[in-house]
Amino acid sequence: MALAKLKSEATEARLAGVTLPAGAAWSTTAREDALARVRTMGLPSKRDEYWKYTNPTDLTVKDAPKAAVFVSDEAPLFDSIDRLRIVFVDGVFDEAASDDLSAENVVIERLADVMAADIHWVKDIYGVLEARGQNPVERPLAALNTAVATDGIVLHVTGKVAKPINLVYLHKNENSDAVLHNLVKVDSGAEVTLLENGPAAARFSSCLEVDVADGGTFHHVRAQGRDHERRTATYCFAKIGSEATFKSFTLTVNGVMTRNECVLEIVGDDAVAHVAGACVGDGKDFHHDDTVFITHDAVNCESRQVFKKVLRNGATGVFQGKILVKEDAQKTDGYQISQSLLLDDDAQFLAKPELEIYADDVACSHGSTSGAIDETALFYLRSRGVPLADARNLLTLSFMAEALEEIEDEALAEELRARLEGWLARRS
Amino acid sequence: MLEIKGLKVKLEDEDKQILKGLDLTVETGKVHAIMGPNGSGKSTLSYVLSGKDGYEVTDGSAELEGEDLLEMEPEERAAEGLFLAFQYPVEIPGVGNMTFLRTAVNAQRKARGEEELSAGDFLKVVREKAKELKIDADMLKRPVNVGFSGGEKKRNEILQMAMLEPKMCILDETDSGLDVDAMKLVADGVNALRDAGRSFLVITHYQRLLDHIKPDVVHIMADGKIVKTGGPELALEVENNGYADILAEVS
Ligand SMILES: Nc1ncnc2c1ncn2[C@@H]1O[C@H](COP(=O)(O)OP(=O)(O)OP(=O)(O)O)[C@@H](O)[C@H]1O
Ligand SMILES: [Mg+2]
Repeated sequence: MALAKLKSEATEARLAGVTLPAGAAWSTTAREDALARVRTMGLPSKRDEYWKYTNPTDLTVKDAPKAAVFVSDEAPLFDSIDRLRIVFVDGVFDEAASDDLSAENVVIERLADVMAADIHWVKDIYGVLEARGQNPVERPLAALNTAVATDGIVLHVTGKVAKPINLVYLHKNENSDAVLHNLVKVDSGAEVTLLENGPAAARFSSCLEVDVADGGTFHHVRAQGRDHERRTATYCFAKIGSEATFKSFTLTVNGVMTRNECVLEIVGDDAVAHVAGACVGDGKDFHHDDTVFITHDAVNCESRQVFKKVLRNGATGVFQGKILVKEDAQKTDGYQISQSLLLDDDAQFLAKPELEIYADDVACSHGSTSGAIDETALFYLRSRGVPLADARNLLTLSFMAEALEEIEDEALAEELRARLEGWLARRS
Repeated sequence: MLEIKGLKVKLEDEDKQILKGLDLTVETGKVHAIMGPNGSGKSTLSYVLSGKDGYEVTDGSAELEGEDLLEMEPEERAAEGLFLAFQYPVEIPGVGNMTFLRTAVNAQRKARGEEELSAGDFLKVVREKAKELKIDADMLKRPVNVGFSGGEKKRNEILQMAMLEPKMCILDETDSGLDVDAMKLVADGVNALRDAGRSFLVITHYQRLLDHIKPDVVHIMADGKIVKTGGPELALEVENNGYADILAEVS
C-alpha cells in the first residue's frame, strides 16, 4: 500500500538534507537499505496505531528540542561496581575519558572504525536484526538510526567477561542530537553484562542489536535519568539462540519523553528472555513509554515482561507489550505484567497488553493494573511508628520490587534501588 | 495510663454513630478486658485510639499518660507507646517482615531521640523473640503477613509488640483463629511483657484467653458504650449465659 500523502511528505521533508555517512561498500549498502526502509514505512505520526499513546513529534522534528544540561549532585551510577567504562559525550566517543578498551574474552571496537573496514562480522548484524524486527510492526525510527548512526560500540564476546562493560552517556550541549548504534555478538557459551547510563543528549536515539548464540548469556542493566528535559527513543533488537539467556532491565527517572522499544526474537529451544523496567515520573510533562514485542519461535522457552511505573502530579506512563507465540513454539512459558502506582488523581497509565498464540500447548499469562497506595497498609505501617512519608516510600519501593528482582546481580540491583530511594526521599 | 471520657465517634462518610459516649480508664500496670457483642464498636474504639482515618470524633477525649491522643498522628501515638494488635493484620507484599520490623523499631527510637539499633543487635533480639513465639526464620524473611495462616499473623502481631515494647497494648481479638497451643504461646508472649509500667486492653469474645492472661478488670461493651464493669467473674458470666442477662439488667 502506498504511503499516505501527508506522511510521505512529512518523511521526505525530514529526510531532505540527510546525508549517509561514508563507509565501506557493505556498510553503505546497509545504510542505504535502512534509508529505503524509512521511506517505505514513513516516519511515525501521532495518528499511527503504534503511537496512539505517545506523540512522536519531538522525535521526528528536524532539530532536537533544546534540553538544559542537568548537573547531578550524586556520585556517578555504578560507582561501587568494578567496570570497564566507555564514555560518550553528546553521542560522540570520548577516548580520553574512557578506560582502555582491551579486556579478556571480549573484543571491543568503535562502530566508526568497523563501518570503514572492508570485511567485518558486523555486516551480518548491523541493520539486520533491526530489519527483522520491522515485521509485523514497523519501527521507522530504528531504521533511521541504522541509516545515519556514526558512533557506537561493537562487542564480540568470546567467553565470560569478568567486568561489566559500562556505556556512560554524558550530556554537555543543550542542543545535541545524538544517534548511537551499538552491537553485541555473544558467542556460544559466552557471557557479558552491559551497563548503560546517563542523559546522553538533548535528544537521543539509541539502537542496540544483540545476537546471543546458543548457550550464550547477555545481561543488560540500564538507567535513564535524572535530567528532565531529554527526549529519548531507544531500540533493542535481539535474536536469542537455544539455551541462551537474555535479561534486560531499565530504570527510568524523569524525562519529558522516553520511548523504549524492545523487540526480542527467540529462535532456539530452551531459551530464556526477560525484559523489565521500573520508572518514576513527577509532573505533567513526564512521559514514559515501554513498548515490548517478544516472538517465540522455538520450543520450551520462557519469556517475562515485568514493568512498574510510579507516576505523580499528572505524569503519564504507557505500556504496549506483546507476546507472539508461533505455531511450533510449543511449551512456551510467557508472562507479562505491567502495573502503575498512581500517587495522585491526575497521573495516568495507558496499557495495551497483548497475547497472540498459535501453538496449542503453552502457558501464557498477562495482567495490567493501576492503583493508588494501599491505605490500609499505610495505616498499618504508621501504627507501628513509621512516619507517613517513610511509610509511603517504603510501599512505593515495595511496589517496584518485583521489577528490580529481575536484575540478577545483587550489587547492581542495590545501586538502582538506592537511586530510587533518593528520588523518593527528595520528594517527601 | 489510658483515660477515655465521653467518647463519641461517627463514621466520616456516613451519618452513623458508633461510639456513643464511652468512658474507660486503664490504670498503669493493669490488664483490662473488653467483651461485647459483634458490632458493638470494640474494633472501632481500637482504631480511633490508634488514629485510623475514616472516623470523626464528635465529643469526648482520650489521653495516654495525660497526652491528648486524638490530636496526634498515628506514628506519634506509636512513638508515645501505644500499640494495637490488629483483629485483621494487614498483608504488605514486597516488604520483608524483617525490614518492616527494623524500620518500625528504628523509627520509634528516632522519634524518641534514641539511637538506632545496629543491624547485628536487632537481628539478635528478633531471633530470640521470634523463637519464643515459634516464628521461624522463613516467616521473618517473607513479605509482611503474605501467605501467613490466621494464627501466624496473630503471632506476628505479638512479635511486633515484643520488639516495640509499648506502654499501652491493645489486643483486638488476638485469640480468634488460634489453636489451643498457639493461644498458649500468644498468652505467654503477653504475660512475659506484663510489667508494672505497662498496661493492656484485651478485646476478646472468649473466656479461654482470659484463663491465660488474667485480667484485673473486665468491661462489657454494647452499642458503643461500656455498660458494665467488674472483675474476672464477669467474663465467666458471659461465657456461661451470654450477653442477654447483662444487657437486660443495664437497660
Ligand atoms: N468503615 C466502616 N464503614 C461502615 N460501617 C462501619 C465501619 N466501621 C465500623 N462500622 C460499623 O460499626 C459497628 C461497629 O463495628 P466494630 O468493628 O467496631 O465492631 P466490633 O465490636 O469490633 O465487632 P466484632 O466483635 O464483630 O469484631 C458495626 O456495625 C460496623 O458495621
Ligand atoms: Mg472487632
